[in-house]
Amino acid sequence: MSSDVAQDRMVLPIGLLIVGFGLLLVAHYQGLFVVPAEAAMGDVYRILYVHVPCAWVALVLYLLAFFAAIGSLWTGRSRWDARVEASVEVGLLLNALVLIQGSIWAKPTWGVWWTWDPRLTTTAVMLVSFMGVLVLRSMIHTPARRAVVTAIATIVAFVDVPIVYMSVKWWNSLHQMQSTPETVDSVMHLPLRMGAFGVLFLSLGMIGLRRRVAEQGLVHEKDAPDLPSPQSPLELDGYQGGEE
Amino acid sequence: MIERLKGLQYAPDALDRTGMAELIVQAQGLSRRFGRRWALAGVDLELVQGESFLVVGANGSGKTTLLRLVGTALSASRGQLRLFGLDPSRDLFRIRAELAMLSHQSGLYDDLSAAENLSVVARLAGVEDETELWLERVGLELRPDPVRAYSAGMRKRLSFARLLAQRPSLVLLDEPYGQLDPEGFDLVDGLIRDLAQGGATVLVASHLVGRAALHCDRALLLHEGQPRWLGPATHIVQAWQTLHGGVNS
Amino acid sequence: MAILRKDLLIEWRGRSRLVALFCYALTFLLLFSFAVGPDASALQKHAAAYLWLAVLCVSTLLLVQSFQVETEQGALEALLLLPVTPTALFYGKALANTVFISALGFFALPTALVLFDMTPVGPTWMLALVVVLGAGSFAAPGTLYSALTARLAAQQLMLPVLLFPLVVPAVLAAVKATSLLLEGDPMGQLPIWLAVQVCFDLIYWSLCGLLFSRVVEA
Repeated sequence: MSSDVAQDRMVLPIGLLIVGFGLLLVAHYQGLFVVPAEAAMGDVYRILYVHVPCAWVALVLYLLAFFAAIGSLWTGRSRWDARVEASVEVGLLLNALVLIQGSIWAKPTWGVWWTWDPRLTTTAVMLVSFMGVLVLRSMIHTPARRAVVTAIATIVAFVDVPIVYMSVKWWNSLHQMQSTPETVDSVMHLPLRMGAFGVLFLSLGMIGLRRRVAEQGLVHEKDAPDLPSPQSPLELDGYQGGEE
Repeated sequence: MIERLKGLQYAPDALDRTGMAELIVQAQGLSRRFGRRWALAGVDLELVQGESFLVVGANGSGKTTLLRLVGTALSASRGQLRLFGLDPSRDLFRIRAELAMLSHQSGLYDDLSAAENLSVVARLAGVEDETELWLERVGLELRPDPVRAYSAGMRKRLSFARLLAQRPSLVLLDEPYGQLDPEGFDLVDGLIRDLAQGGATVLVASHLVGRAALHCDRALLLHEGQPRWLGPATHIVQAWQTLHGGVNS
Repeated sequence: MAILRKDLLIEWRGRSRLVALFCYALTFLLLFSFAVGPDASALQKHAAAYLWLAVLCVSTLLLVQSFQVETEQGALEALLLLPVTPTALFYGKALANTVFISALGFFALPTALVLFDMTPVGPTWMLALVVVLGAGSFAAPGTLYSALTARLAAQQLMLPVLLFPLVVPAVLAAVKATSLLLEGDPMGQLPIWLAVQVCFDLIYWSLCGLLFSRVVEA
C-alpha cells in the first residue's frame, strides 16, 4: 500500500526530470546549431545557453531554500528541513557550475579567468556561504537542533545575497549587461527561455528526489523504539501512585 | 546556626490563586529519549504547592532527566506536562520566571566575584539586591575575589544563594548535597525545609536517600527511567532496599 | 541594560585577554607590512584594508570567547530561567561585543596610521563612526553565530567560516569609507559607503535579534 503511494509520489519528480532534460536537449540543439553566432563574441557565447539558465535557477533555488527555512522554523516539521537540505544542495551544485562555466567563458572573451564584478563576486560569496551551511549541518547530530541551526544559517546567508550584490555593484562593475529579452536578440529568446525552464525542471526534479532521500533519513532517525512496558509498582505499604 | 529566611516571600503573585492548594506540577506519561534510548519512560507526577518531593534512583535512572524536563531545560518526547497550570510550549517565559534550578553546573561567571554574580541575578530578576543576606544564609563570606578561586563546596553554596535570589515558586535541586561538607549538609536540610515552609514547591533528586527523605513529604523511586514506587518519603528507604537491596527483600 | 553591564564587567575582569587580543591585532598589522614589503606607497594605498582585515580576524576570537563564558559553567542555562527574554540577552551581548570590537578598532587605527605613516584627511569623529558601525556589523551576526556554534567542537573554525562570507559587504563598505577618510574623497562617495554600513547594521541587528531566541532554546 505505502509503496504504491511512494511510487505515485515519485512520478512527479521523475516526470520533471524527463521534461527538464528534454527541454534542455532542444534548447541546446537550438543554441548550438540553429541560432547564428553573436555579433561581438562569435561562437564562444553559446555557453550562455546553459550559463544564464543555471545562474537564474541557482538564485531561484536559494530563494526556495529561504522559504523552506522559514517553514522549518515555523512548523518544526522534518519535511521542511528535508526541503532546506535538498534545495541548498542542488542550489550549490548549480552555483558551482555557474562559476565554472563563467570561467570557461571569461578566458577567451575577456582574457582572464576571473573578474571582480558584482555578479561573479556575489556568486562566489553565495557558494561559500551555503557550503558553510551544509558543513554546519553535518556537524550536528540531534535532528531538532540541526533543523533549527540549518534554517537560521540559511536565512541569514540568503538575506546577505542582495546586500553583497549591491555593495559590489557600487564598488565596481565589469560584467555584461543583464541578458534580459530586451538586450538579447529575439532569435535567442527561445533557446534561452527553454534552457531556463529546462534547468529549472531538472533542478526541481532533483530536489524532489533529494528531499525524499533526506526525509527518509530523517524519519529513520526519528523512528523511536517503543516505550518500555510499564513495570508494576513494588509491593509495599503506602503506595500512592496510580494503578496500571 | 541555621537562621530562618528573613522576609522572603514565595507567593507566586503573577498566578491566579484559588482557595485550595493548586497543582504546581502535573505530569502524565512524561517520557524522553536520547537517540534510541529512553532515559525516562512514563512518569506521572502531581505536586501541590508547598510540597517537598524527593526523586531517588541509581545512576542513569533518569533523575536528572526528570528534573530537567520539569525545569523546561528539555522538552518531552512523549507525555504531558503542566507547570503552574500552564503549558510550557506556550507560556514558557511566564513559567521560567517562577522556576529556579540547581544543576550539576554552577551557572556562575568565573570572572566575577560572588557579590557581582548575585547582583547580576538580582538586577535581572527585578528584585532588591540583598547580597549580604543571601551569602549569610548559605554560610559564605563577602569576598572580592572572583568565583574562579572558589572551591567546589563554595561554588555550591553560591549556587544556592543564586537560587534564593531568584525567589522561585518551584525549586529544583539536582544532587544538592554534592560537594558539600557535613555542615553544608545541614545547610541543605534547612534550606529544603525553609523553602517548602515558605510556600515554594521543592523537587529534589539525591543519592543521599535516607537523609533527604527526612525533609521531604513524598518520594519517587526510578529505575532505568521507569517509575517503580511513589509514596510517603518515610517509606522510600524501604522501597529502595526492596529494589536494589540485599537478600531479604 | 543589565546584561550589557554584566558582559562589560566580565571582560574587564579578564582584561589580560583583551590585551592579548590587541597584541594579536598589532601582530597582524606588522605581518601585513612585512608581507607587502617596505614600499611605503603600497602600504598606504591599502592601509584601510589591512586595518579591517586585522580587526575582523581578531574579532572572531573575541566573539568565540565572549560566548564561551556563558557555556563554561552553564551560565546561559541559568540566565534563561530568569525573567529575561532571549532577545534582550542577544542585544545585551551584541552591544557588549560591539564595544569590544570598537575598542579593538580604536586601538588598531592609530597603530596602523603610525605604522604606515599616514595622517587622515577627514574628521576624526567620522573615522570613529566608521569604526563603530563596522564593529556593529561584525558583532550582530557574530553573536548569533557564536551561539549557533556554541556546542560544536569546531566552533573556532566554523565561526569564521560562516561569518566571513556574510560580512563581505560590511568589510567592503568599512574599508572604502576608511580609505576615503584617510586619503580624501574627491567624488563625494563617502555617504554611499556609510549608508551601506548603516543598512547592513540595521538589517542584521533586527534579523539576528529575531532569530536568537530559537538558537538558545533547548
